Amino acid sequence: MASVPTALVYVLVFASLYLEVFLLVTFIEKRKTLKREESGLLSLAGYPSVTIIVPCFNEEKTIGKTVDSLLSLNYPKDKLNITIVDDGSTDGTWKVAKSFENKNGVRLFRKENGGKHTALNYALAHANTDLVGCLDADSFVEKETLTKIVKYFEDTEVMAVTPAIKVHNPRKTIELIQNAEYNLGIFFKKMLGTIDAIQVTPGPFSIFRKKVFDDLGPYRKAHNTEDLEITFRMHESHYKIVNSHKAFVTTVAPATLKGLYKQRLRWVHGFLENSIDYKHLFLNPKYGNFGMFMLPAAIFSILSALYLVGYTVVNIGRYIADKITEIKILGVGNSFSVDLFFINTGTLTFLSLALAAIFIFMIIAGKRIAEDARRSPLDMVYFFLLYGLIVPTWLFAAVYNTIFSRRTSWR
Amino acid sequence: MHQFDKKKYLYVLAITSLIFFTAIFLSNYFGEKKMAEVRAIEEKIAIDILSSETQYALLQESSCRDVSSSILSQELNSLAEKLSYAEESFGSKDSEVLSLKRYYSLLEIKDYLLSKRIAEKCGLKPTSIIYIYSNEGDCPDCEKEGHVLTYLRETYPELRVYSFDYHIDLSAVKTLLSVYGIKGELPAIIISERVYYGFKDKEGLESLLPKKLKKKEGSTATTSETR
Repeated sequence: MASVPTALVYVLVFASLYLEVFLLVTFIEKRKTLKREESGLLSLAGYPSVTIIVPCFNEEKTIGKTVDSLLSLNYPKDKLNITIVDDGSTDGTWKVAKSFENKNGVRLFRKENGGKHTALNYALAHANTDLVGCLDADSFVEKETLTKIVKYFEDTEVMAVTPAIKVHNPRKTIELIQNAEYNLGIFFKKMLGTIDAIQVTPGPFSIFRKKVFDDLGPYRKAHNTEDLEITFRMHESHYKIVNSHKAFVTTVAPATLKGLYKQRLRWVHGFLENSIDYKHLFLNPKYGNFGMFMLPAAIFSILSALYLVGYTVVNIGRYIADKITEIKILGVGNSFSVDLFFINTGTLTFLSLALAAIFIFMIIAGKRIAEDARRSPLDMVYFFLLYGLIVPTWLFAAVYNTIFSRRTSWR
Repeated sequence: MHQFDKKKYLYVLAITSLIFFTAIFLSNYFGEKKMAEVRAIEEKIAIDILSSETQYALLQESSCRDVSSSILSQELNSLAEKLSYAEESFGSKDSEVLSLKRYYSLLEIKDYLLSKRIAEKCGLKPTSIIYIYSNEGDCPDCEKEGHVLTYLRETYPELRVYSFDYHIDLSAVKTLLSVYGIKGELPAIIISERVYYGFKDKEGLESLLPKKLKKKEGSTATTSETR
C-alpha cells in the first residue's frame, strides 16, 4: 500500500494529465479551424473606429516606442484614436508623451496617480468609438496586429479579442525562460479561446467592443488585476472572448528575478482573490468550459504545483542527505553502478514522461504559432531546468497572501 | 451562451485513464523483469553453491592449493544490491520481495558455512563479515553501516559480507542469531566469531580484517593501510 502523500501524488498527476490531454484533444479538434482563420486575417469587410488607451506611470524609457508602434499600425488613421493617460508619473513620461501631442489621432491626458484602472476609466469616459483597447506602455504592436484582431469582430457575438503576446527581445536567462513560457501561453490562450474559456484579457492590446463597458460598467481595482476582473465579469454575462493567435504584441518582460517575482505574485494573488469574488462561476455548467474547466484547472494547477514541488523537494532532500551521509563516512570518489537494473521504472516515471512529452508538444506548438521556431531551443532548456524552481516562490506567497488577506502592490 | 460539451470531458477521461493504466502496465512489466532477474541470480547462486559444495567434497583429500575462494559464488554482492533496490522500489512488505529475501538469506548462510569450512580446512583466517540490520526504524545507524559495508565489499573483492534482516521470518536466520547470542541492539557485526554492537566506521572495521586481504586494483578510497 502506498503512503497517503504518495497516493495524493498519483491523484494530482492523474488530474494534471487530464488537463494536458484536454488541451491536446482541443488542439487536434481545432487545428483545421486555426489554419482557416489564418488565411483570411487581413481582409476586413469594414474598419470600425478604435480607441487605444495607453495608461502610463513612470514609463519614460518605453512609452515613445509604444506610441510609435501604434502610429505605424496599418489601419485607417481616421478610424484610430490613441489616448495617452499619464497616471501622475514622476519621471519624464509626460515630457515624452507631449512629443506626440501634434500627431494625428493622438490625445493626451494627465491626472493624479490613482492606479491603472483609474487611468483606463479616465480614457474610457472620453471614448466614443466602436472598439476600445489598451496597450501597456511597455508593449509594442506589429503593423498588422490591429487588423488581425478586428477581423474577429466580424462575428457579431464576439465582445473581446486577445492578442498573442511575445517577449520583447529576450536575451538574459530570465527573459528566455519567460519567452518559452509566453510561447506556451500563446498555445493555451488559443485553445482556451476556441472553447470559450479565456481567463484574462491582458493589458497588452486586448480589444473590446465599447458596449462591454457601457453594459457592464468601467474597470475595477480588483486586487490590482483589473484585466482579470473584467474577464470574469464578461464571462458572468456570457460575453464571448476569443483569441487572435497571429496578432502579435511584444512586451518587455521583467529582467530580474525580483521583478518577475513581484509581477507574478500580483497576477496569481489577483487571480485567487478574483476567483473568490466570482466563486459562483466555479464548476457551474451554466458558464460552460470557463466554469467547468478553466477555473477549477487554474486553482488545481496552483495547489498541485505547490504540493508536487514540495513532494519532490522532500525526496531530493532525502537523497542529498543520504549522499552527504555516504560522503561523510566514505569520502568522495566512490564508484557507482550503471546497471540498467537500477533505472527507475516506477509508474510515476512513465506518467512524468507522458506529462513532459505533452508539455513539450504544447510549447513547440506555441513556438510555431508565435513564429518563434527559428530561435535556438535554449529558452526551452532554461525553462525546463529553472522554471519549476522559481514558480513555487510566488505561488506560495500568493496563496499565503490570499489566506491571510495581504495586499500585493503593482511595483 | 458558453460552450460545454459533456462528451468531450468523458472521452478525455477515457484517454487519460488509458495513459495512466499504460504507465501502470509498463511499470509492472519492468518490475516483473527485475524480479525475474533477481530470481535468476538466486538460481545461479544456488547452483554455484551446490557446485562449490560438490567441488569441496571432491577436493576433501586434496591440498589447499586447489581450494580457493574463487569457487564460491561471485554473484552474492550484486544480488545484495539488486535486492536492496527491489526492496526500496516495491516495498519491504511485498510478498515477492520477502520471498526472494528469505531465499537470499538461506543462500547466504549456505555460502557462509561453506567458506568457513574451507577456511578451517586450509587454516585460513576467515574473510567474512556477518551484518545484522533492521529496516523497522529501530536501527538509526544501519543506513550508515550499510554504506561502510558496501565500500568494504567494493574495496576487498575477497571479503564476503553476509547481511541479515534481524526481523526476517526465517528459522535459519533465527538460529544464526541465537548461535551468536544476538539481542536487539543493532547494528551488530560478527567478525571471526566475535560480535560487535553499534556503528563501526570504515577504519574501525578495516582494522578487524586480516591484513593479507587484498584491495581491489585501482581502488580510490583511502584505507587504514594508507594512513
